[in-house]
Amino acid sequence: MDFAHLGLFNQAIILFAALALLTSFLMLAQARMLPLIFTFAWQGFLLATTTVLVAVVTGHADLYVSALLTFTLKVLIIPWLLYRLSVRLEMQYNAEEIAHPTLLLIGGVVLVIFSYFVAKSIIHLSGLATRNIIAVSIAIELLGMLLMCVRKSAVAQVIGFMSMESGIFFAASVSAYGMPLIVELGVAFDILVASILFGVFFFHLRDSFGSLDVGQYNHLSEANETDTPDDRTNAPAQARTPATGGHA
Amino acid sequence: MDRELMFWALAVAQTLAFITAAPLLAGWVQRVKCHLQNRAAPSLWQPYRDLAKLFGKNMVVAHNASWLFRATPYIVFGAMVLACTVVPLAVVQVPTAAIADVIVLVGFFSLARFFTALAGLDIGTAFGGMGASREMMVAALAEPAMLMVVFTFSMTAHTTNLSVATGYILQQGLLLRPSFLFALLALAMVAVAEASRIPVDNPTTHLELTMLHEAMILEYGGRHLALIEWASQIKLMIYAVLLIDFSFPWGIANELSAPALATGVVAAAAKLMLIGVVLVVWETVMAKMRLFRVPQFLGFAFMLAVLGMLTHVMLEGGN
Repeated sequence: MDFAHLGLFNQAIILFAALALLTSFLMLAQARMLPLIFTFAWQGFLLATTTVLVAVVTGHADLYVSALLTFTLKVLIIPWLLYRLSVRLEMQYNAEEIAHPTLLLIGGVVLVIFSYFVAKSIIHLSGLATRNIIAVSIAIELLGMLLMCVRKSAVAQVIGFMSMESGIFFAASVSAYGMPLIVELGVAFDILVASILFGVFFFHLRDSFGSLDVGQYNHLSEANETDTPDDRTNAPAQARTPATGGHA
Repeated sequence: MDRELMFWALAVAQTLAFITAAPLLAGWVQRVKCHLQNRAAPSLWQPYRDLAKLFGKNMVVAHNASWLFRATPYIVFGAMVLACTVVPLAVVQVPTAAIADVIVLVGFFSLARFFTALAGLDIGTAFGGMGASREMMVAALAEPAMLMVVFTFSMTAHTTNLSVATGYILQQGLLLRPSFLFALLALAMVAVAEASRIPVDNPTTHLELTMLHEAMILEYGGRHLALIEWASQIKLMIYAVLLIDFSFPWGIANELSAPALATGVVAAAAKLMLIGVVLVVWETVMAKMRLFRVPQFLGFAFMLAVLGMLTHVMLEGGN
């Protein structure tokens, strides 16, 4: 396939898919909470735009619905929920320490290469116009998983999870021009419920552990009380009583 | 035969234009920056006056300076002059580009940097050594990214010859290539680091603890300093022209006729002015970053360049 002979819309599909891949890397490198949420919204926007372009090129009307779902969920509702949560948890200006930023990005590049090799056999078999983007969608999934693995903040992990889900949605629309509508609606509803549940969990986690840093959940609460006296000053009564319940 | 001679003459003229216009670009950047920061702006010709002043001054060289210290300004300036012979500015067909391709261009830059770092160490002052070690750290991170950018472009254009590559982009027309977009972003980040601009280095500061490039050349004065300053202005211009050639070369002269050449010169000037404005805006909104953040910045540039190459293979069919 020669890139120069593709139509403008096909070129735009490839460009927007590549930009969505770039936003995955931006999320990996972004330590601050608010920009992370905004980058996630931008990724949703780029994926929705790509889906619309695929719908225009291939003429599959179902994909418009899929794009609309992606747009309302990933650009409007979920970022808004996460934004409101981070404001209410007073962590919107937090920046977490990323342990090895450059190593992490290179690990991301390795994942992209891996997903290209996985997708290569599909690319040879498929005759779809969007077959080259399958590798990108797999890469977005894997990068979301990497984000979940390396981040300690629970909100960042949720964003990684949502980004994985965007990747799966996107994979469906570029490899099979969308799932059946009923499945898409069901998954979208699941995601919506999940994001609300995550919000409830955040409050419970903060109440019982005094922090949303999952690295701290490994410590026993009794050990915390003796080792780090500043924990007690931060979250006085809450840290002790419900923590036992949380572990059980 | 005449045609061939004409192209060689044009290449020489283009190189001279490069050398003489580089301080003008620096003056333009300075002027726009002053306007943007509500300061009284110096004249556009101020860099020329500075250079003339420095050339007229007597030199003071440390007693323990070796030949290396004296030779470095000439080597640096010579490397930059050679580098700008191979970059198409207003005409695509540069016969000199066949002599040295874009990898050699990167080599010229590292040759200049190598000798500047040695000269910084030569005198044995604390600042020279500090500046040299910092500069080499930045260089070691920027060079792989720069080479990756070069490879991405040359994989698409099937050549490392800058003149042929620019001609290829010109003939392909405007395509929405994601690989080019990523490579251009990476190139811009590398250019910022290599031309010692904010946020990696501040070219105007003489605050001891923050300077990178300035720390190495602190001992130079007079003619030597003029040559080094001029060389760094040329370097900035080379990076700006590289960005233009890879992103938007349209307007550049593709044939030997007076109107085409005139368009080429005007287009090059306009695009350089635009890049100057973009650079100034970028420098105004960014703050200089801590030295230990630089690896992350350049690591991201490297990642972008690799991603550009990967998208070329994955999405653009690899040809």
